[in-house]
Amino acid sequence: MNLVQGSTGDWEPVIGLEVHAQVVSQAKLFSGAATEFGSAPNSQVSFVDMAMPGMLPVINEVCVEQAVRTGLGLKAQINLRSVFDRKNYFYPDLPQGYQISQFSQPIVGEGVVTLDMRDGSSREIGVERLHLEQDAGKSLHDQHPSMTYVDLNRSGVALMEIVSKPDLRSAEEAGVYVRKIRAILRYLGTCDGNMEEGSMRCDVNVSIHRPGEPFGTRAEIKNVNSVRFVMRAIDYEIERQIELVESGGTVVQETRLFDAGAGETRSMRSKEEAHDYRYFPDPDLLPLVLDAAWVEEIKAGLPELPDEKKARLVADYGLSPYDASVLVGEAENADFFEAVASGRDAKTAANWVTGSLFGALNKAGLDVADSPISAAQLGGLIDLIEDATISGRIAKDVFEIMFEIGQDAAAIVEEKGLTQVTDTGAIETVIDGVMAANADKVEEFRGGKEKLFGFFVGQVMRASGGKANPAAVNELLKEKLKG
Amino acid sequence: MSLDKATVLHIAKLARIALRDDEVEPLAGELSGILAFVEQLDRVNTDDVEPMTSVVEMELRRRADEVTDGGQAEAALANAPERADSFFIVPKVIE
Amino acid sequence: MSAEIAGLCLTAARDAMAGGDLSAAELTDAHIAQAKAAKDLNAIICENFEQARVGAAASDARRKAGEAGALDGIPLVVKDCYCTKGVPSTAGSHVLDGFVPPYESTVTANLWRAGAVLLGKANMDEFAMGSANLNPHTGPVTNPWQRANDPAKLVPGGSSGGSAAAIAAHVGLGATGTDTGGSIRQPASFCGIVGIKPTYGRCSRLGIIAFASSLDQAGPLARNVRDGAILLGAMAGFDPKDSTSVDRPVPDYEAALSGDIKGMKIGIPKEYRADGMAREIDALWQRGAAWLRDAGAEPVEVSLPHTEFALPTYYIIAPAECSSNLARYDGVKYGLRVAGDNLQEMYEYTRAEGFGAEVRRRILIGTYVLSAGYYDAYYLKAQRVRALIADDFRKAFEQVDLLLTPTAPSPAFGIDEEPDDPVAMYLNDVFTVPASLAGLPAVSVPAGLSGDGLPLGLQLIGRPFDEETMLRAAGVLEEAAAFGAVPALRVGAS
Ligand SMILES: [Mg+2]
Ligand SMILES: [Zn+2]
Repeated sequence: MNLVQGSTGDWEPVIGLEVHAQVVSQAKLFSGAATEFGSAPNSQVSFVDMAMPGMLPVINEVCVEQAVRTGLGLKAQINLRSVFDRKNYFYPDLPQGYQISQFSQPIVGEGVVTLDMRDGSSREIGVERLHLEQDAGKSLHDQHPSMTYVDLNRSGVALMEIVSKPDLRSAEEAGVYVRKIRAILRYLGTCDGNMEEGSMRCDVNVSIHRPGEPFGTRAEIKNVNSVRFVMRAIDYEIERQIELVESGGTVVQETRLFDAGAGETRSMRSKEEAHDYRYFPDPDLLPLVLDAAWVEEIKAGLPELPDEKKARLVADYGLSPYDASVLVGEAENADFFEAVASGRDAKTAANWVTGSLFGALNKAGLDVADSPISAAQLGGLIDLIEDATISGRIAKDVFEIMFEIGQDAAAIVEEKGLTQVTDTGAIETVIDGVMAANADKVEEFRGGKEKLFGFFVGQVMRASGGKANPAAVNELLKEKLKG
Repeated sequence: MSLDKATVLHIAKLARIALRDDEVEPLAGELSGILAFVEQLDRVNTDDVEPMTSVVEMELRRRADEVTDGGQAEAALANAPERADSFFIVPKVIE
Repeated sequence: MSAEIAGLCLTAARDAMAGGDLSAAELTDAHIAQAKAAKDLNAIICENFEQARVGAAASDARRKAGEAGALDGIPLVVKDCYCTKGVPSTAGSHVLDGFVPPYESTVTANLWRAGAVLLGKANMDEFAMGSANLNPHTGPVTNPWQRANDPAKLVPGGSSGGSAAAIAAHVGLGATGTDTGGSIRQPASFCGIVGIKPTYGRCSRLGIIAFASSLDQAGPLARNVRDGAILLGAMAGFDPKDSTSVDRPVPDYEAALSGDIKGMKIGIPKEYRADGMAREIDALWQRGAAWLRDAGAEPVEVSLPHTEFALPTYYIIAPAECSSNLARYDGVKYGLRVAGDNLQEMYEYTRAEGFGAEVRRRILIGTYVLSAGYYDAYYLKAQRVRALIADDFRKAFEQVDLLLTPTAPSPAFGIDEEPDDPVAMYLNDVFTVPASLAGLPAVSVPAGLSGDGLPLGLQLIGRPFDEETMLRAAGVLEEAAAFGAVPALRVGAS
């Protein structure tokens, strides 16, 4: 149980998310206009999208298929009969004066999403439903002092609204949930998950209550467009509600927006005037009926999803559940790891991939797709350590260079002559030099000050420019110091 | 159910239709008359009768996912009462 | 001369052109002349004469080249709620002032493909809401008919009143209408012409400005059953761009007019004998049954128990759908915009000024019956009763092939006799609304005159997509009725 301490005692936050995910499709949900992002204003608008008189909707089969695929990916129930309703309200970027959505009979019912928490524990979050609906256009408020500009390119693009149960209890869980949904959608290829371009937006419902008591009144924070903002908005809202209630106020059910700049949520009064959406079945459409066999076909064609991949990485490569869950966050990362790990020691591979490589990529602000070091190259580096051509220490330097110039490890080691020295003769010469230069210390050691051994090892390694094989150095030093 | 003036004003608000004060009273009367008329349906027993949504006994037909439309900003904007370049424009929305 | 040419019905004109005895140019000119002479009726609100002449010339060229279509050179009047590319289309509403569609409705596109010529756009009740065509914005339409020695101007019925008045006045050889609760059949009855509402899904709704999507259906108004059958054949057809359009072949309706109805069972629904039915209406109804019996059909009484609930059901469903369908008229994308100090005022002023009283009433009722707390009690209840009404018909058609009823409870009434109680006006559709709710095909045929000399229609209702049987019986009724009366205000009437 995740409790937040207030001045009058503990509070439990309750969070539910509505994720709006743009369906990957060529054309819109009910019209033949394109869905591409960033085109010239109103250049992707059919007369249907702009609600010209007499225009009628006809549904896109791929959007239906994508919704079913997503439902299956969320281990959810697929409703073979669903209905499209009209959600009526006036807004300049809603040309019809209603949004075609699914209210009482959505295409996808209850499902479940598993969260892998940092501490290795996992949580099951219920999915209430998934429904198909039209996106609205775009209102630009910053183009003119007294006018709002309207671009309808987005109007009618297919969205999947994925509604969670109020099962989340912290900003951290919410963040993990959104990332997990995003990963599943990207594995399925049903949404590109690009939050910067608005392909994924979240409405966040937050309330607080005393443990054991009924849920409190919730505030809905609309259209939060990054995981970080989702988490910050939730933390702010929890704080706000606790302070409000503890100072004798009450939380009102309302729509709020998250101001990233100020890092706070604010009430959207304008959206507050009595909403009554007057849902009713769209008489221009008929019930959407799916063939069970068709659904089974889609199910059979599903790719390996994050949970299965994670399980396999744990089983086949002995990774820790958490390492595995980090790796499967992006299919590309997991694939990269598997390429490196195949035929090599998985632990070592995992360390190099998740540790060194991801670290370097993060610093450089790159993702695996454009990593300067290929999986094969990283594998090559690991092989050089395995066959003792270079030491782990040297390997770190070689890695740096590889990351810089993208060259093969072998070539770099060759060129810079970093191959480690295993020839005992050469090493003995170095040891003799070091002992001669530190005769006094040799005496002390022989006098019983054995902890000086480390000092000699360091001296020898330094003198050998790090190239001496550490194992060999240990061996020979022991003998020689005994005298 | 007869509608009072407050209710008439509320639904007029929902429907975005401005009403002059002198319109509300008579409208309330007319609308109440229509409601009284349709409320005859209370006499019909509709227990376990499925609501009818369409007279067409068909499933929803689906079209292929192909771009066949759009690319006609000018035609789309040609009838606009007000526009700026390729945008529709409205009095600023305050949020 | 030109009045004589305009006097030819569609079938006669078609055959005359096919025989080379008449050119499309002559025909169109005759109808333009007729339209100009009948201007006072206010049936046409947007003339297309210049384009019509160009179209007629092109038609004559096609005919020379041996490429004439089924309706080549036939001048038609189109109800203003059909979007016609490049020609203003306003559904008779101020809110659509100046709207010029960049697209063509599927039904009119089918007509032009068959070679027909657009003469003009017909006046109508605003957004097809009404039964009298007393449109405050476009002005009332005058019915060419008048009571015997009484100059009072009468309404043509509605909402396709302009279309009906035009055809009755020999302006155009046929007209398109739309029928949501009787808007083709009732004006046809008032104007002494034939009006056909086909099965819901038979004609595409694409490009027709919507009133109530689950009820709206396109259909023809014509001088006789054959003309109507020919027009319907050209208008009908599957449209993949209308999700409620039904994909089945269009039969040859004209060929269905064999006149043979021997053995056909004709249902006489007893519930339609509403108490207080005018005696002359009742008499006409019985005469109609007799005519069909004489032709070899067998009239049998049937029961449609939920008939009395059809109008209340309709006046919940139609306004509910229209309140949503008309939300798009917000002053943003097309049509009227009335400025305000802010967005909300712009919306509210535009829609207050743009919509007439009846449209506003229906939007408000529709908004109310869909609003939180009332949806189940009104809208859902109505959808359940609608199912019962449809089921009444399904059962009836297990016993009979057709149903015969009066089209309207009265003949045309005076323009200044508009009832101030909206509900009284709604009663005009009492006989037409049930078939609309069930999506069934129905036709009104002029069958006689009222005591004071006004046309009265009889309605035949058919099984879904069996317009052929319905039209065959309509042809028999028409012949038996031998309706030859002529409206007083028809120019060139003799
Ligand atoms: Mg939502
Ligand atoms: Zn949504």
